[in-house]
Amino acid sequence: MSKRQIYIYKSFERFWHWMQAILIFFLAFTGFEIHGTYSFFGYRDAVRYHNVATYMFIGLIIFTIFWHLTTGEYKQYLPTFKNIKAQLDYYIFGIFRNAPHPTKKTVLSKLNPLQKLTYFGLKILVIPLSVTSGLLYMFYRYPSRQGIEAINIQSLEFIAIFHTVAAILLVIFIVTHLYLITTGETVTSNLRAMLTGYEELEDAHKDEEKISDPKLTTQTFE
Amino acid sequence: MKKIVVILALISLLIVLAIGNLSQKDSEPTIIMQLKEKYNRKETPSVDHSKFAVLQQKFTSPQEVTKVCEYCHNKTAHQVMNSNHWNWEREEYVQGRGVIYLGKGNAINNFCIGTQGNEESCAKCHIGFGMDSKRTVLTDSTNIDCLVCHDNSETYAKAPEKGGAPLATLDFNKIAQSVGKPKRSNCGVCHFYGGGGNNVKHGDLEMSQFEPTKDIDIHMASDGANLQCVDCHTTEQHNISGKVYSLSSMSHNRNTCEQCHTATPHKDDILNEHTLKVACQTCHIPTYAKGNSTKMYWDWSTAGKLKNGEPYEEDDSLGNHTYLSIKGSFVWERNVKPDYIWFNGTASHYLEGDKIQDTTKSIVLNQLHGSYADNESKIVPVKIHIAKQPFDPINKILIQPKLYADTVGEGAFWKDFNWVKASEVGMKDAGLPFSGKVSFIKTEMYWPVNHMVATKENTLQCNSCHTRQNSRLANLNDFYMPGRDYSSFVDEGGKWLIIISLFGIFIHAAIRVFTYRKLKKEVSK
Repeated sequence: MSKRQIYIYKSFERFWHWMQAILIFFLAFTGFEIHGTYSFFGYRDAVRYHNVATYMFIGLIIFTIFWHLTTGEYKQYLPTFKNIKAQLDYYIFGIFRNAPHPTKKTVLSKLNPLQKLTYFGLKILVIPLSVTSGLLYMFYRYPSRQGIEAINIQSLEFIAIFHTVAAILLVIFIVTHLYLITTGETVTSNLRAMLTGYEELEDAHKDEEKISDPKLTTQTFE
Repeated sequence: MKKIVVILALISLLIVLAIGNLSQKDSEPTIIMQLKEKYNRKETPSVDHSKFAVLQQKFTSPQEVTKVCEYCHNKTAHQVMNSNHWNWEREEYVQGRGVIYLGKGNAINNFCIGTQGNEESCAKCHIGFGMDSKRTVLTDSTNIDCLVCHDNSETYAKAPEKGGAPLATLDFNKIAQSVGKPKRSNCGVCHFYGGGGNNVKHGDLEMSQFEPTKDIDIHMASDGANLQCVDCHTTEQHNISGKVYSLSSMSHNRNTCEQCHTATPHKDDILNEHTLKVACQTCHIPTYAKGNSTKMYWDWSTAGKLKNGEPYEEDDSLGNHTYLSIKGSFVWERNVKPDYIWFNGTASHYLEGDKIQDTTKSIVLNQLHGSYADNESKIVPVKIHIAKQPFDPINKILIQPKLYADTVGEGAFWKDFNWVKASEVGMKDAGLPFSGKVSFIKTEMYWPVNHMVATKENTLQCNSCHTRQNSRLANLNDFYMPGRDYSSFVDEGGKWLIIISLFGIFIHAAIRVFTYRKLKKEVSK
């Protein structure tokens, strides 16, 4: 098994990831101030910053969707139930015995099955919920002035509650995500990979050899 | 290289979006500048009344002055006699009653209660002379009191309890030659003193507004815009725009801030969007009764106590009456935070003789209508005046007592201090039944607050309302407001989920550290 530094996260991907991280953190921080949880910027500035960050976030999402579709990277996120149990077993037992990761990371398959499921859920459920409820929140009721009766919603309550739920889910995601990045080959290897793009992986060019290697295949399924 | 270009393009797009969102349309200064210019212009009257020979003659009665006025202004009497200032009533459509004539003749308030039987005293604030309980005065145009509104010499004054007649000592020549457009002093002499004293009724209209500072009233400030009442309460043919909902119930002929400032006067779009549901006054009048106190509570049930057989008064440290034998006990407040309600411009009123269905609750004498769901409604600030006033527990109607009389023995409460007698005479005057029993009931009146607009720096801030604690709108619960409202289920659930996640992470990390050390030891062995 030969290992070498492989360029796994492309520059746009890294930019997107960190931009998204900053924006989600900032949106959550200003958002919970608007929600009344605490006071930091002052209500008016919190709203103003939240709205600016919203447009930036939406811009980022548009670019990212485009990138995912044109590069085919979206395929990385298609969920699979294969190896889910192995991955769970790893986090619950294997990790404490210094067992190897049950799935290997390659350029073509960067995500483990649990990551696939989680990120897929974020991408098709939580973030869309957050963005649509957020847009309705911003433009709530005021469309009626422009005569768009179809989205003349009578109460903000449900919009606001859905928006809060999405925000809480994202906070929980960030908290666990921040912990799980320490569970790579070493504590910092995942973080370093997302910063530099390079991670020490088994050489992808020797894929064919690996499949014929009986040692590796068992390792994958144990 | 290609990647850098893509990233730069993305960043510049985000910057453009951010700038686009932050920069706002710059409409306010132009409108304010235009208004300042408009109201700074000095108007020069087209005639000088002091040059007219007819106004040099000797006047022996105010009616003679009116005749001279009408000699030239020969169509004006008709306008005045059709005005609510003259008739003390307006044609109004009231829910459940149809079209009625609503006014001081049939409505009851919770200050001095009503005019019926007390006209000679109340008419000190009527734009006519010689008012009596039969109101015959209203048909004679020479009884119009032109001078009370048009005197610009600031010397005209009405005599107390003389049915609206002026003081006998006035110099009518000087006054008649001074006439012009009404000033704050002309309107204020009645409207600042409604309810029997300065600032008793409105709370936002009082004598400090004769010459207010900018802190009291940004519009009327004598060191600022110095607007007169009629600058906003525009008048055509003696029909003055604007009214207060103690005696009106339809949403017409209202005066609005928007008539000068437009519906979207802010630089900030988010603030402009508020105007759909929030009246300007709500944010721009953070407190009322800024100069002098206003009456918040009036308890008639304690009236009538005498010391050595004589009526007496008690005052607080600011000089406000806290007790008067003729009127009862009062609570006054200064710099009052308004209450807030939804209001769509319509109201319904308790009218004389209306049966009270539920005598256990306090009765709202002028119910202002509105709700969040109603598209016409906006949040407005109000002064709520509470009173305990006489009512007939058998007939279940509010009592209109006879309060004022010239002499003892006519039954007037202010002379005889006898509720049963005063009620009997008063109800007879009003043509209403009286059982002989007098008790007291709690009543409320809602006074929209429209004046005493604060300076820009002193307007309410977002977190005056958008806050969980002490929100100004804490009592308006028929809608969801960000910053104030939340689902306790979602918030509590979310809080616990985050705590559980953190706890799980902590346990997991602890086991990892522990087992890692153990493995390391084993390896080193």
